[in-house]
Amino acid sequence: MARRRFLALSGGLALTGGLAACSSPLASGLTGSQPNTADVIFWNLFTGGDGANMVLMEKAFRKANPGTTVEATILGWGNPYYTKLALATASGTPPDVGITHLSRLPLLAASGLLEPIERTPLGELGVTQDKFTPAAWKKATVDGTVYAVPLDTHPFVLYYNVDIARKAGLLDSAGDGLVPLKGKEDFADVVKAMKDAGGAQFGAVMSITADPSTAWRFFSMIYSGLAGPIVTDSGTKIAIDDEAMQETVAFMQSLTGPNLMPKNLTGAGANALFSTGKSGFLFDGEWQIPTYRAVKNLKFNVVPFPALLGSKPVAYADSHALILPRNDRGDDTRTRNASKFVKSLLDSSAVWAEGGHIPAWLPTQHSKAFLDQSPQRNYVEAAFNAQYDPVAWYTGAGSDFQGVIGGTVIEALTGRITPKGMAGAMRSALKRYTTSRPPVTMK
Amino acid sequence: MTTVVSTRPAPTAPPTGLAADRPTPSERRAGRLLTAPFLVIYLLFLVGPLLVGVVLSFFNTTTVKSGLGDFVGLSNYREVLGDSLFWESMWHSVLFTLLTTPPLVILALGVAILASRIRRGRLFYRIAFFLPYVVPSSVVTLVFLWMYTPQIGLIPKVFDAVGLPVPDFIGSTSGGWTAVVLMTVWWTFGFNFVLYTAAIQDVPADVYEAAAIDGASPWQQIRHITVPLLGRTTSLVLILQILASLKVFDQIYQLLGGGPNQSTRPVIEYIYDTGFTAYRGGYGAAATMVYFVIIVAISAAWYGLRRRRATSSAA
Repeated sequence: MARRRFLALSGGLALTGGLAACSSPLASGLTGSQPNTADVIFWNLFTGGDGANMVLMEKAFRKANPGTTVEATILGWGNPYYTKLALATASGTPPDVGITHLSRLPLLAASGLLEPIERTPLGELGVTQDKFTPAAWKKATVDGTVYAVPLDTHPFVLYYNVDIARKAGLLDSAGDGLVPLKGKEDFADVVKAMKDAGGAQFGAVMSITADPSTAWRFFSMIYSGLAGPIVTDSGTKIAIDDEAMQETVAFMQSLTGPNLMPKNLTGAGANALFSTGKSGFLFDGEWQIPTYRAVKNLKFNVVPFPALLGSKPVAYADSHALILPRNDRGDDTRTRNASKFVKSLLDSSAVWAEGGHIPAWLPTQHSKAFLDQSPQRNYVEAAFNAQYDPVAWYTGAGSDFQGVIGGTVIEALTGRITPKGMAGAMRSALKRYTTSRPPVTMK
Repeated sequence: MTTVVSTRPAPTAPPTGLAADRPTPSERRAGRLLTAPFLVIYLLFLVGPLLVGVVLSFFNTTTVKSGLGDFVGLSNYREVLGDSLFWESMWHSVLFTLLTTPPLVILALGVAILASRIRRGRLFYRIAFFLPYVVPSSVVTLVFLWMYTPQIGLIPKVFDAVGLPVPDFIGSTSGGWTAVVLMTVWWTFGFNFVLYTAAIQDVPADVYEAAAIDGASPWQQIRHITVPLLGRTTSLVLILQILASLKVFDQIYQLLGGGPNQSTRPVIEYIYDTGFTAYRGGYGAAATMVYFVIIVAISAAWYGLRRRRATSSAA
């Protein structure tokens, strides 16, 4: 056989072979189609303790559904994840199941990237509104349509050092619970008591420096006790309540001003001070519980924040939720498998709660497997008082909005802005968002 | 011997006729073939994306939808040019360049000269000064973040121990600039140091020898021989440093997050924030183009200046 002819023939054979094996990742990569490497392709952004718990939950699904394969891909938290999710879905190669923060949902839904839950078999599988924390379910609803299945609520909570609290006389009769607190004066008093209890350097610590997201969570929680969201109408109108703003900043400064808590402290610094018993309180998300569990000789407990301003307690929170990204080329079997997978993750969400999160799935929330978990069971009510980011195309976990608005909150915490000046500073920061062209038109 | 005659051979006259200068066809083909891989990569990964970026900047392109989005003409550019935060971030990149370039060039030159004059353990010093440069920015930032961190960090503790007021390295604007400039100088001056070290080795030893015979002190040798002979290297180091500093992103992003309150956010972080975090790809592309034009203008101005100087000194 001539050399040329041989090459042509073998080339042709390789080509037909490649086309026949369309399901191989290489061939599908070249043709731009979704590689069907597993029955359920799942994307998430969990590493560390959350990542390990998620792997256990995937295992539980595989065990209960032998023959259905799951491929889980972990992407970098925050923008790397959301950019890839959006691009993959927009270009027609989405995963079957994905994770989103509910604060990031409005834009994803408005962009038409998500399958409405009512158009999936999830309802038949028993995934219905009555079985979820109402605040989370409401946040999963955009313009009357439900686009996500909430997995948890993760609020901003109050950590306290049990030994210092005992010295300060702040423990209730049961021995390790905190005495009931109400109102800003009460709260400032106990922070002071913690500082004066001896041994502690500060009454409370929080990650402030270069951490606008945490500053924003803290601010949002206090401000929400008095007023509604700072932007309304899908983020096109600024709705700042000047009086509430002033009162919020004055309260924050009543803690940082007299050095009851440090004005400048990084996340690592807060961790070091609270872990070593140099602070009575820590203000942070419940997702830090596994971090502090790992600290030897640290006796701590976690409770929801009391009502600070206003009459009702508010918990700034976000939720992880499961989504089925829209896939025009998808088939019913895949959607069914994806739905079964979502239901299975809900059923095993007691494992998820080990990471500190409050399960949004009420059957789990009421189960013994969850109620035996301490301190998680202490702050379940926070899920019911959850206050999320305002609805807009620019808000949400790790967003530019949190960076910019959180930046002005840091200015307030450090005392560089007066309570009176805050409303103006925040208005001018918000104006860029309310006036610039949204990437997607929101209703 | 009373007269000194030059023993150098007279320079040979260049071969006359232009034929010898012209590459033969086969040489030309080889040249094209050898540059082809570079050209392909250059077109594919630099010119291509640049053109795509230009197109995107005229559309309301977003990362949450496929396609270009609506055509918006010049309005992205109008918005970028009218956004005070863009100009502030641009100023931050320039300020960073002004703060880092002089120490990075002068320190590298000084240390390279010292290291070249050292007699023993020269290799050790060369490696020691260059080594920080090979550490990834995330690692450098983590280490420095620990040292700078308020309340518990090494540097605030040292200030406290000697009774000095503790600067807020991460939480205040001036502290933030100090922190990031010190860290950058420590971390990156090794690169310029290597360029200078290489150039110093090219200075012929007999020049120093002659100077020493004439009674020039070491300081005079440095001033009148080393520094002038390193002029070309200095101008290269300077432009490389200016361009590198203008492109600052990672260390500020990781150390300060552009804070406090955006007061250290460099222009690349502005582009990242608007283009990726806020999903506004088209807008981000427009901001990139404005910035790109500025960088090209600086490079071109520098190149022109050098050419003028080269021709005037040759004349």
